[in-house]
Amino acid sequence: MDLIRFLGARLGKGILVLFAIATLNFFLIHAAPGDPAQVMAGEAGASDAVLLAQLRERFGLDQPLTTQLWLYLKGYATLDLGFSYRQQQPVLTLVMARLPATLLLTGTAFVISLGLGVALGTLAARRAGGWSDSVITTFALVFYATPLFWIALMSQIVFSLNLGWLPNVGYETIGARYTGLSHMLDIARHLVLPALTLGLFFTALYARMMRASMLEVAGADFVKTARAKGLAPARVTRRHIVPNAILPVVTLAGLQAGQLVGGAVLTETVFAWPGIGRLMFDALVQRDYGVLLGVFFVSSAMVVLFNLITDLVYRLVDPRIGATA
Amino acid sequence: MARVRSTFLAFAATTALAAFAMLAPAAAQTPKKGGTVHVVVQPEPPMLMQGLNQNGPTLMIAGNIYESLLRLDEKLVPQPSLAKSWEISADAKVYTFKLQEGVKWHDGKPFSADDVVFTLDKFLREVHPRWRPTVNGQVEKIEKVDDLTVRITLKQPFGPMLLSMESSTTPMIPKHIYDGTDYRANPANTTPIGTGPYKLKEWKKGSYIHLVRNEDYWLKGRPNIDEIYYQIIPDAAARAVAFATGKVDVLTGGSVDVRDIARLSKQPNTCVTAKGWEMFAPHAWVSVNHRNGVLGNKQFRQGLMHAIDRQFGKDVVWDGVGKLPTGPMSSKTRFYSGDVTKYDFNVAKAKELIKASGYKGETIKFLGLPYGEIWTRWAEAIKQNLADVGVTMQIETTDVAGWTQRAGNFDFDLTFNFLYQFGDPALGVARSYVTTNIVKGNPFGNIGGYSNPEVDKLFAEAANATPDSRRQELYTQVQKLLADELPVLWMLEMDYPTVYNCNVKNLVNTAIGVNDAFREAWKE
Repeated sequence: MDLIRFLGARLGKGILVLFAIATLNFFLIHAAPGDPAQVMAGEAGASDAVLLAQLRERFGLDQPLTTQLWLYLKGYATLDLGFSYRQQQPVLTLVMARLPATLLLTGTAFVISLGLGVALGTLAARRAGGWSDSVITTFALVFYATPLFWIALMSQIVFSLNLGWLPNVGYETIGARYTGLSHMLDIARHLVLPALTLGLFFTALYARMMRASMLEVAGADFVKTARAKGLAPARVTRRHIVPNAILPVVTLAGLQAGQLVGGAVLTETVFAWPGIGRLMFDALVQRDYGVLLGVFFVSSAMVVLFNLITDLVYRLVDPRIGATA
Repeated sequence: MARVRSTFLAFAATTALAAFAMLAPAAAQTPKKGGTVHVVVQPEPPMLMQGLNQNGPTLMIAGNIYESLLRLDEKLVPQPSLAKSWEISADAKVYTFKLQEGVKWHDGKPFSADDVVFTLDKFLREVHPRWRPTVNGQVEKIEKVDDLTVRITLKQPFGPMLLSMESSTTPMIPKHIYDGTDYRANPANTTPIGTGPYKLKEWKKGSYIHLVRNEDYWLKGRPNIDEIYYQIIPDAAARAVAFATGKVDVLTGGSVDVRDIARLSKQPNTCVTAKGWEMFAPHAWVSVNHRNGVLGNKQFRQGLMHAIDRQFGKDVVWDGVGKLPTGPMSSKTRFYSGDVTKYDFNVAKAKELIKASGYKGETIKFLGLPYGEIWTRWAEAIKQNLADVGVTMQIETTDVAGWTQRAGNFDFDLTFNFLYQFGDPALGVARSYVTTNIVKGNPFGNIGGYSNPEVDKLFAEAANATPDSRRQELYTQVQKLLADELPVLWMLEMDYPTVYNCNVKNLVNTAIGVNDAFREAWKE
């Protein structure tokens, strides 16, 4: 019963938060310099007053801002994310078309980074000060500090251009018409470089956090007690240190999971991965308000949802946290 | 019927041959049939309906889907396309086009004079910003003579009329699909129907656009290549790697950093051509806002022109790609004249002119052009040049939307700009200098606010003058005048070399290059 009340309250709050975000997004976008009609006319390399007026009417930009806001919120309340006049398609269609590629990339990177990050962090903490710790922390520092786009380009030069092992761009071999297993393998080959590039950054982040958290927990009284009771070191680590040390990682993973749907703008751009991050970036450059607001909204909804899920996971992994947390 | 103008008589009389004459360069080798070509396109076009959008990537792909009455060869000479011949009356006011027989739209419906009249008189008049001034200002009526004949009567002679009959300006639009509908909301906008050699098969957003051969194409035996994939690769360095690894066959002009061109061209089996930009002839300059204090002073502008090392810009910033301009017109554009005042890089002269202009050390703001790092580097080079003559310049950065808004609202001191010339000064040059085109909100008008009644008069007269020798006289005069007055600072006749796999043959065969290349191209 507690859980239902907890969920109900959280969902209610979530919906309010989403509408607040949607309203804020609307004003933020309209505060940015630039006019979608001028951008569209600009791309054509020619424009005149008639064209600008036509485009403004199309975009609804000739309406008062309050009317635009009302139409936008009214649409969102009925899950209508609007229409991209620039691309002549409903925003939801555009977002859904990009969702699978984004989820595949960010999901793979998420799994790699969480699994590898926790494992490496744990290993480093267990051998704190040893050579494996030094190797892992150096690796983590390097990948945490190096700009993603640089790693992305270097990986293309090494693995695509010089070694010829992997394709450097795209989601699949265009024109190859693979089906079934061959198609899956082809996508997997294209996924390796972007997923590793994105994953390594987060792996470094998780490894550093896990290591620090493990070392902190290892000095706690209850761990000393467990050791004093004569438990084997591996069991102390597995049963007492890791479950407690992982809580900050869960928080961070929850935040990252919320952003999975938002895509990874840089990685998707450099690897020409057809995901939501690029859809958002292109829409930003072109001031395609409809698409931009739609992507922001979907991303915000996912963050709210994953925060809720994180809270639920917390309740499972940490019994101290009650329903009101 | 009036006397046919001799210049074009040859085309009318030898229509059948003309189409084949165009193929002469390819005829040396027999074109092979079949194959697939991968071409880079960036950014992803918003749509492929060429009548509604003339964005560069849209033109590049849709130029193979849609066609116009004519095509222009590399010397800007009109060639048959959907019109197999044409006649011009002696007074140069009546144009009669005879259409090809047996042309079908991609949905199988026949193409006829009704489509031409609908396209030129209704559809494009309403939506096309470059055709609108021509049709409203120059054309008296457009009428169907019979199913395969169209007559355009002008109010007065208009020199560049035939140049407007190419696919980027007047793509033919199917009447049966668009007439009576809300053009911009027509569902067919996502499934373009043209008469061209290729049809849209699939558009996987963010990945690729797939065109396939039109089996019912009116020109028998064409096109040669079966499939074209336009790959969307947003990052310039990744595009270069994709070409080097053989993932794409064609890097279209501007798709890689100029510094990569020399490197890539050394790869085995790699061809490079600067051809195919004769129609657009992009001309780059620094726009000067004449409303802002000393910038309205001719001596100051002349001082700036002497202060800027344009040769350095071309050789270093642009890695030698392009040509220094002499004035408002590209040397590729019709009626170009180099007989004008020249401005060498001369620091002493610049200082003298700037001093005489009354410049008091105020900061000149330079609005950067957000089309890549090259423009930033160029602005930095100019900043240093101006510092050397005692002019303080501050670079302001913005994104594309910010630039179009600020340039359109005249909110700048100096800014880069580059515009297409469209083959004829009446189409692509006059617009940047005439008083009537000082329109707030339009970043492609006369944004600097330069106004000179004599320039206005010369451009107006030249557009409608006959014969061409008279037009040349008037345009020579206006070029001289403008080069003296320097309404803007001309920096570069830009080149956009196309880098491609040499196995793709006859890739560039018209004045708009890869924009309508694939009718004649073939792959070995």
